[in-house]
Amino acid sequence: MRGPLALDTLVESLPQLMDGLKYTLGLTAFGIILGTSLGVLLAVGRSYGTRILSIIIMIYEKVIRGIPLLVLFFLIYFGLPQIGINFDAFTAAILGLGLRSSAYQAQIYRGAINSIPEGQINAAYALGMSKFKAIRYIILPQVLRLSIPGWSNEFTILLKDTSLAFGIGVIELMRQARYIQVRDPDLVLIVFLFIALIYFILVFSANKTLRYVEKRYQMAGYQSEVHR
Amino acid sequence: MAMLDVKNIHKSYDDNEILRGVSFTMEKEETKVIIGPSGTGKSTLLRCINQLSPPDAGEVWLDGEEITNPATNINKIREKIGFVFQDFNLFTHLTALRNVSIGLEKVKGMEKETARKRAMDELCRVGLDAQTKQYPAQLSGGQKQRVGIARALAMDPDIILFDEPTSALDPELIGDVLDVMKSLCGKVAMLVVTHEMGFARNVADEIIFMEGGVIVESGPPKEMFTNAKTQRAKEFLGRIGALYGGG
Repeated sequence: MRGPLALDTLVESLPQLMDGLKYTLGLTAFGIILGTSLGVLLAVGRSYGTRILSIIIMIYEKVIRGIPLLVLFFLIYFGLPQIGINFDAFTAAILGLGLRSSAYQAQIYRGAINSIPEGQINAAYALGMSKFKAIRYIILPQVLRLSIPGWSNEFTILLKDTSLAFGIGVIELMRQARYIQVRDPDLVLIVFLFIALIYFILVFSANKTLRYVEKRYQMAGYQSEVHR
Repeated sequence: MAMLDVKNIHKSYDDNEILRGVSFTMEKEETKVIIGPSGTGKSTLLRCINQLSPPDAGEVWLDGEEITNPATNINKIREKIGFVFQDFNLFTHLTALRNVSIGLEKVKGMEKETARKRAMDELCRVGLDAQTKQYPAQLSGGQKQRVGIARALAMDPDIILFDEPTSALDPELIGDVLDVMKSLCGKVAMLVVTHEMGFARNVADEIIFMEGGVIVESGPPKEMFTNAKTQRAKEFLGRIGALYGGG
């Protein structure tokens, strides 16, 4: 019987965990790309679209935000095939993560859109810009800058929630750790501590990087620094 | 044919009729100043002209084209109508230079470098050569408004509408903005809503006095200030003259 800190055995399992990490990163990358692009479209549609579109988007946001992610995964991966729509587990997980994130991100962008003085869009129209150009060149560049703090938060939530994809059989970090635990129950504490550390490092460095981006693209006059 | 022909404009917000049939015309390079008490529809009239708030009834014609016709491409028309806002409405995320060049690039489709040069010229023209790289938050009110004017000028408009351009400024900053506006006189048509009586008296070709959503009286400044026909115009000019002085 080895102790709970069997480091040598853990080292042997490293390649397996790194393989899982690749999927975790893949899920995060594709999930956030889907969530962000869809989230921006939803926010713009809700703020500038027709009344009907705006209501449809509002319902979408409310429904998606009201469903636990694991349930969403099961609906997409196990439920949809019943009506003839099939996704592999990895794609299903990306869809689930992306859709859920889009509903939350739309809220972030909508808040930022509302914070931009209406006069600026009038000024854009007065120059002869179409609604599309005004949104593209005047509104969105400001919205994205203002949304970085909220987006960072959403990004790290999505990153950590990729671990739920183990529930539909995606062999990501969590799943690989679970395999190791089943094979070698003595390792349970050290393995899960180890992947906890990996998630923590990922989140920590993401936050650091995004904080830098936020400062780099800060608009003059929008500094949020409080001098203590 | 007049360059700008405004015919019988009506505009209501909810049950409140702001404009009750306003008509006037403007020629090329003419300067007209609209004065009148607050809440009389002066700003609304300007916004009806460039269709930021389309009128409920009436017509606006620019260079023989009916702006109020829904079939008209309003974005094309707005390129020809500059607008200077009371609260500047500069684009927060862009430098002074980019505030001026973005319309040239994205609306007129100019090359980036050409647009930059043109924007530079316009900023020099309003005396902001040293501020081109600054963001709106780093500019004083008077500087912001001059960027606003440069932004409108750069588009080569036939007419610029000024909506109380100095009302949001500290008194000592008003002069710079008025000087810039005076320098434009006779180069581009200007329709100015303002309480600056000095500007109205010295620069305008015609003063339009509005009250209660209609034009009560209009005429050359000299006549209006010394010999207004209507009692209302006389009273208003007397009161406002005492407040804002000659200057």
